[in-house]
Amino acid sequence: MSILPKTPAAAARASTEVQARGSGRLTLTRLLRDPASIASLIAILLIIAFALCAPLIAAWTGHGPTEQFRETGLTPEGIPVGPNSEFLLGTDQLGRDVLVRLAYGAQVSLLVGVFASIVASVIGIAIGTVAGFSGGVVDTVLSRTMDLVMSVPFLLCAIALVSVLGPSLSLSIAVIVFFSWTGLARVIRGQVLALRHREFVEAARSLGASRTSIMFRDILPNLVVPIIVYTTLMIPAAIVFEATLSFLGLGIVPPTPSWGNMLADAANGSLYLVAWWMVVVPGGALLALTLAFNLLGDGLRDALDPAAVSKGKRA
Amino acid sequence: MTRFILSRIAFSVLVLFLLSVFVFMLFYVSPSDPARIIAGDKATEELMAQIRSNLGLDRPITEQYVAFIGNLLQGDLGYSYRSSMPVSELVVSRIPVTMSLVFGGMVFWLAIGIPIGIVSAKHPGSVRDRLGQGFAIVGISFPTFVLGMLALYLLYFVPTKLGFMLFPPSGYVPFGESPLQWAWHLLLPWLTLALVVAAVYARLTRGQMLEVLGQDYIRTARAKGVDERRVTYVHAFRSAMPPLVTQLGIDIGLMLGGVIVIEQVFGLLGVGSLAVTAVAMQDRPVVIAIVLLGGVFVVVSNLIVDTTYALLDSRVRTAAR
Repeated sequence: MSILPKTPAAAARASTEVQARGSGRLTLTRLLRDPASIASLIAILLIIAFALCAPLIAAWTGHGPTEQFRETGLTPEGIPVGPNSEFLLGTDQLGRDVLVRLAYGAQVSLLVGVFASIVASVIGIAIGTVAGFSGGVVDTVLSRTMDLVMSVPFLLCAIALVSVLGPSLSLSIAVIVFFSWTGLARVIRGQVLALRHREFVEAARSLGASRTSIMFRDILPNLVVPIIVYTTLMIPAAIVFEATLSFLGLGIVPPTPSWGNMLADAANGSLYLVAWWMVVVPGGALLALTLAFNLLGDGLRDALDPAAVSKGKRA
Repeated sequence: MTRFILSRIAFSVLVLFLLSVFVFMLFYVSPSDPARIIAGDKATEELMAQIRSNLGLDRPITEQYVAFIGNLLQGDLGYSYRSSMPVSELVVSRIPVTMSLVFGGMVFWLAIGIPIGIVSAKHPGSVRDRLGQGFAIVGISFPTFVLGMLALYLLYFVPTKLGFMLFPPSGYVPFGESPLQWAWHLLLPWLTLALVVAAVYARLTRGQMLEVLGQDYIRTARAKGVDERRVTYVHAFRSAMPPLVTQLGIDIGLMLGGVIVIEQVFGLLGVGSLAVTAVAMQDRPVVIAIVLLGGVFVVVSNLIVDTTYALLDSRVRTAAR
């Protein structure tokens, strides 16, 4: 790419690029000024790296995620052994390496949490935008549907659903998506309602822009802040939801490791009372991950919407 | 006013109707055969056909559904496939445990969350505010079952190993038997539930109070020389309350499902743990009953919140029209 733009069109493109980056950079500077956000970002990246390195960790320790070490991993009484030089984070009730299972479980938690949140937010954005923009009967029907989904006792329905269809990774994701999209949809609907009679929308309409074009090119870019913040804050909720389903034996099917499964193993017969690492290790990891995402979400909100912070501080 | 309440009731009935269709359809498409569950693996084909016809399972689904709703309206929820007890009796016997857990927990989470929120809002940016916000974000992030297991380990197991019993292991003692034992056995579950939920209330209270405390009438009250405590707790807190009431309605409504995990961790035999057992045993009528009960809970608490709102605030009534 040459430094000097050759045509007016290229110049315009280049200048919008610079502007867009400027706003992004401003946000980034604000985000990086907040120590909690940096720490949580680092923690999330470390956990992602840990999850990606799961096969390497398995190779390094020589322990597979479902491999049982009944000789070295269990005491003669059949009790899991605590952290030692062979099993850095101890073993579980079948003599499996907790460290290796933790790494593979991180893959499940991250996959379910991030994927389910993104799908749920896409659905939430679509339905919220359509409801807010269309108004009338469409809005009434969609809003009532949101109310309906929100008045469902979700954990009870989720366990009924899983019990009938059988637990699996895809069903866990589907259940989480189904019960998570409404929050964002409501926010987006409210924002769209507030925006749709603003002057710039009227202007676009008077220029002959189509409804789709107004929705996606004029209104949606104004909703980037709540979308990013909401989606980030949805991730920890989805991660806990998955862990809860697995904890109740309705999520990821054993012996595939997930943090919820590992905690369920620990709770089974109150085994964790004699093997504290079985609850502290996956529980601590779960807490660290959700805490990091929650802190990052808060940090992003403050960085993307500085007005909200200063208002809070002034009062 | 009447019209508003009627429209809310109509919506509640719709929610319950759709929920009942959902659970009913769900079990209709289920690959498992109730006759097999009741009769066991070695049952003959004739016996299973007999059971199916007794339960009405050989009839078309619409007919089954109508019969189910008819019985439901008379308070008959059928019999458990596993224990042959009436489902209503089974569920009702578990309700006191869950109610004790939910409402006791509620007292604690309100008593912890609201004061933290108020103190944070009174001194924004201070050390106390930071501590309060730190508490809130950790509480929101903490999965209930992890907190419960840690609490049991640290407050029951470790002290017991050291030779004194700070908290009992688990179980439930009816209030009528011994109120003291009841409270002692429930204290850890209450605190576990409360710490997690209180975080939400601390945040909500802080946000609301910050907004209210910045308003003109608060300045007027201060200018008049009203005592600062009275300004905070009477003038400001009263206006900050409505969103808290809404949140409380939602939380209480969803708690029947929400305490499942706590019941599991602390070995409390409440409605939630009954649901988990019933699901594991494919005990269809029990699962249907509990899901519907959960729905009733949500709907009734929403109705109470909406009606209170409408009584307090005429704008809500007009908006509904």
